[in-house]
Amino acid sequence: MSMAERPSASSIPVAPPKRSPLKWVWLLVLVAIYWKSFADTNVRPLQLITGFPEMMDLFRRMRPDWPLFVSYMPRMWPHLMETLRIALLSTTIGAIMTIPMNVLAARNINRIPWLYSGSKAVLNLVRTLPDLLLASIFVAALGIGPLAGVAALSVFSFGIIAKLTSESVEAIDPGPVEALHAVGANTVQLIGYAVVPQVLPQFLAYSLYVFEINIRVAAVLGLVGAGGIGEWIMRDLNLFRYRHAAVIMIIILAFVVIIDVISTKVRERLV
Amino acid sequence: MIGRTERAAIRPYRPWKRWAIGAFVVALYVWAVWGLEGLSWRRIASGYDGILRIIGVMFPPDWSYAHPTVTQGIIESIEIALLGSTMAALLAVPFGFLAAQNVNRVVSRVGKFLLDLIRTFPEILLAVVFMKAVGPGAYAGVMAVGVHSIGMLGKLYAESVETIDPGPVEALRASGANSLQIAWYAVLPQVMPEFLSYAIYRFEINVRAATVLGLVGAGGIGTPLIFNLQRRNWDRVAMILLGVIVAVSVIDWISARVRKKLVEG
Repeated sequence: MSMAERPSASSIPVAPPKRSPLKWVWLLVLVAIYWKSFADTNVRPLQLITGFPEMMDLFRRMRPDWPLFVSYMPRMWPHLMETLRIALLSTTIGAIMTIPMNVLAARNINRIPWLYSGSKAVLNLVRTLPDLLLASIFVAALGIGPLAGVAALSVFSFGIIAKLTSESVEAIDPGPVEALHAVGANTVQLIGYAVVPQVLPQFLAYSLYVFEINIRVAAVLGLVGAGGIGEWIMRDLNLFRYRHAAVIMIIILAFVVIIDVISTKVRERLV
Repeated sequence: MIGRTERAAIRPYRPWKRWAIGAFVVALYVWAVWGLEGLSWRRIASGYDGILRIIGVMFPPDWSYAHPTVTQGIIESIEIALLGSTMAALLAVPFGFLAAQNVNRVVSRVGKFLLDLIRTFPEILLAVVFMKAVGPGAYAGVMAVGVHSIGMLGKLYAESVETIDPGPVEALRASGANSLQIAWYAVLPQVMPEFLSYAIYRFEINVRAATVLGLVGAGGIGTPLIFNLQRRNWDRVAMILLGVIVAVSVIDWISARVRKKLVEG
């Protein structure tokens, strides 16, 4: 950013801002909202600060030692790999499912207004549902296990990848599209030769980005019974084996960092 | 800048490399599918039928359930998000200043590392841990949302502080102000609108997060959701989902408008 683009010092208000009566009304509304929030949730404002010692005490009890780490790590390995499997398969299934949606939700390719707005609406709807909420529903429908996790994260990935990719499709260079139109190509040919080559690297990069998110989510899917390593954290916490739970959390942390590093490297090469 | 085509020309053509990558990817998928517990065509087929049947019984949703259970649960989720976001918005200020590169380089690296660390633990994981300290309920949810959000807000705050106009800072320093006075009179007025805008954006994300906290017992709409899922009351589940969709959309819309106003001034 150059000096010229920075906000100049003159944009900082020197005179005190005017206090309009409407501002006081808003302030009052805000105070009322906070008042009700504290009352409803049974949280006292000071508790948010006084609660910290309790937390710190818990963290102290959670501190794992090296021998425990060495002995527990091999036992958690299969569950860590299950987490990876869930993230990998769900991202892939989600990405494949987006293929028709990527062009349906792009204004410059899909010229049918109702179909375009319908596709956009579906995408918006899918993205309002939080990941674990989907997971809990699939657990109830498919039973406890990684299959529910894969199904939930597939739907979740579908929403994000389709949104990002369809926006990329809308931003492509119109030249090749017009050229193919001019020579009488049909829609499939148009998409194959003008759209796909332009957005393929971005589509793959977005999928990898969603894979990074999915690894994080897959690690906690087990908390609602949808498979992966999270289930074992829950079990250890319920058995008051805090140090074991801490080992799992450290494993997840290291795993997430490693996946992020690899995925970022690949993404940099793609785009 | 080298264009795509030129770069492709520079890169030597190595067909074996493509084959190696292809083989690796295929092996990865074989490994992933082979080892997935409980995966079989029969299970997928019956699961598919099950989902279609569930969608069938979800309609019509149980409208009598909308009020008071669903509205109260959703309001509680929004309140958890609000309190958690507020807590994070305040606690992230010192983090933001410490992690900004133009304040202190060494401290900045440590600060950024800490913020990344905090961000790695999802709210729901923090919630189950905090519940062990303070028991189930909204309080654990607020703490979980609050602590997790510090990670993202601190990072965004730091970036905000890094891009301020150095003019006022230098002017105050020249006139002999101390660090606290500089922060208060030269930095805060510049970053305040952005800080607020980020905090509201985080609130938007936290509303989504707070809807699932109840699944593990940390308050909000997730509590009736898990109850009804376990009892297979699909029409009530549908009502809750509808409530979540409406609430999240409305909050997103309001938040986007407020943020736009804040940034435009």
